[in-house]
Amino acid sequence: MAAPAETGGRDLRLERVTKRFGTFVAVDDLSLTIPSGSFFALLGPSGCGKTTTLRMVAGLEEPTAGTILIGDDDVTNAKPYKRPVNTVFQSYALFPHLDIFENVAFGLRRRGGKQIKAQVDEALELVELGGMARRKPAQLSGGQQQRVALARAIVNRPAVLLLDEPLGALDLKLRRQMQIELKRIQTEVGLTFVHVTHDQEEAMTMADTIAVMNGGHVEQMGGPADLYESPQTTFVANFLGQSNLIRAAVSGKSGDDLVLEVHGQKVAMPAARRASGTDDLLIGVRPEKIQLAQPGESTEGFGSNALPGGVVTDASFTGVSTQYLVRMPWGQELMVFAQNLGAAGLLRPGSKVDLHWDPAHTFALDGSLDANAGVAHEGATPVPVG
Amino acid sequence: MSAAQGIGVGEQQQLEDDQHDSGSSAPTQPGRRRATPYLLLLPGMAWLTIFFILPIATLLSTSTQTRPEGAEIGVYTQTFRVANYTDTLSEYATVFARSFTYALIATVLALAISYPLAYAIAFKVGRWRNLLLVLVVAPFFVSFLLRTVAWKQILADEGWVADALRTLHVLSPDGRIINTAPAVVIGITYNFLPFMILPIYASLERVDPRLMEAAGDLYANALTTMRKVTFPLSLPGVVAGTLLTFIPAAGDYVNSALLGDPVHTTMVGNVIDSRFLKVVDYPTAAVLSVSLMVSILVLVGLYIRRAGTEELV
Ligand SMILES: Nc1ncnc2c1ncn2[C@@H]1O[C@H](COP(=O)(O)OP(=O)(O)OP(=O)(O)O)[C@@H](O)[C@H]1O
Ligand SMILES: [Mg+2]
Repeated sequence: MAAPAETGGRDLRLERVTKRFGTFVAVDDLSLTIPSGSFFALLGPSGCGKTTTLRMVAGLEEPTAGTILIGDDDVTNAKPYKRPVNTVFQSYALFPHLDIFENVAFGLRRRGGKQIKAQVDEALELVELGGMARRKPAQLSGGQQQRVALARAIVNRPAVLLLDEPLGALDLKLRRQMQIELKRIQTEVGLTFVHVTHDQEEAMTMADTIAVMNGGHVEQMGGPADLYESPQTTFVANFLGQSNLIRAAVSGKSGDDLVLEVHGQKVAMPAARRASGTDDLLIGVRPEKIQLAQPGESTEGFGSNALPGGVVTDASFTGVSTQYLVRMPWGQELMVFAQNLGAAGLLRPGSKVDLHWDPAHTFALDGSLDANAGVAHEGATPVPVG
Repeated sequence: MSAAQGIGVGEQQQLEDDQHDSGSSAPTQPGRRRATPYLLLLPGMAWLTIFFILPIATLLSTSTQTRPEGAEIGVYTQTFRVANYTDTLSEYATVFARSFTYALIATVLALAISYPLAYAIAFKVGRWRNLLLVLVVAPFFVSFLLRTVAWKQILADEGWVADALRTLHVLSPDGRIINTAPAVVIGITYNFLPFMILPIYASLERVDPRLMEAAGDLYANALTTMRKVTFPLSLPGVVAGTLLTFIPAAGDYVNSALLGDPVHTTMVGNVIDSRFLKVVDYPTAAVLSVSLMVSILVLVGLYIRRAGTEELV
């Protein structure tokens, strides 16, 4: 029987893990360290290898190459039932012939634990299903089944809990509710959660650390704010929120700032925020960081970077903000989110505007990267980059 | 006639039908709609009446007939002699016991062979699955009788099976397999194997492999996964398979006739066969038939109730 899992000090490490299906590389030389007790999110588009990665950690798939360690134990080739890992499956995979109580007790019974009833009751309380113990899975709603799947995994107090898009089937409201619930449970019981999702908002609200995956490898890893404010690749810039990426060339330095030439205009940014050593860059600004001013209007308090000569081509009011599309003189359309402060009126399509932003809100990426990488999943049409 | 007129007429008729329920031809009439299921049942009911209910009634009636003093062979009259049952059953008690014992052993053997095979076909053989299924069904292309005769050759005294067993000293030098109880049980097991394999396979194939993965994830090794997840989920197939094997096996007479011994391995089926067709003792044959049917029904009823409490999904 597997040793009972103890938490604390047992980091999950993947070292140069590769998984091939035939000639297709699903996971490509992946290295990750997930600290014990953290809430880690694997975020990426469909087919990027998230589930495959989880399955290798759970032991349901054998890596073609590489090592998986939990604490100091090499579990690369250990049978699933010998690993201190439990999974909340995307499909829940509840046992239809067992009632809720027995589903949750399944892992405890296999390890021959004591006080099974007390532990199961506690786990069911945690997911607020105390009264449902004697029902069969088929008699529960989708959201309730999901919570049973969660209780069934958590009750074992595994060193690592794997969650494979556990909220995928839920409606938005239940989803938000369960996100808060999951986060609370994780904080309460202090397990390591590895949460797979392709919902970026979900990853950002819940995780301490996010790894953005693309095509079998990790594009970038870091805290949600870190990833959002300082993406290192165009894929991350576009996949996590939206970005305006504009061609720029380094033209000089002024103190700690880098001076760039953008279609004939000079803009500045902190040199430290430059992610690439090349002189040919793609600079990025998030749409909500840009402020619009009509020519002649006061720009007091606006950021010192300015790109004049824009024309509003589309304005859509969403309540919290207004989303503008602004066509720049070089033909590119940039996106601007203006917060609805009630003071300024709506700009109509056709209005001439200048764009202003703070140099500190600029990030700079390697100019040879595909500026549209990671865009398609949002359903947006790629915009030509000037 | 315009469409509007057509609808008008239809409605008119429907009103009338609601009053006297005279089955007319418009498909929307409620009376006809209520009658449709019964009409659909009609051919089946007729079939059942002619080929099941009437024969059973005849059988029951024959079972209490007696032969009048001095009557010709094969002439019986109805005297409602219920003692026919006690007489016959006490005479053939051992034959009954033997039939059910053989059927039970054959069913258990068939289950032991079929479950691993069905499991392998469902989960382990990959692209060979269809070929193996065809092989399971392939014996049906040859007549039941011929296949049993083939076993007669295989198990014969000079056959290779007997030879091999003698060489291994499992069988004494003058020991034999053919014309013994094991030969009959082997024959029954073989003949009903596909009836066991197919339902179990069908059940296993519907078991979601992700549930087995989930069991592994929850610390169950392969054996425990089988015991706690796969087997319980395949129970409907096991129940169906054992019934499909046990019921015909209990009434079988071909295997005993061809592979057995005329005295020591006689099954109920053989007695019924000889009473009906050779001795022309209809009441005894009828008593045996009815008793066999009732005891199978009772056994099956008990079995299903027991299996039902195991929480079939
Ligand atoms: N058993 C398999 N055989 C062959 N290819 C596979 C197998 N399992 C996964 N793949 C391929 O590996 C790639 C990664 O699959 P994976 O299930 O890990 O994606 P994912 O990131 O979880 O996607 P999603 O968000 O859609 O669940 C996919 O292109 C998939 O087609
Ligand atoms: Mg997946």
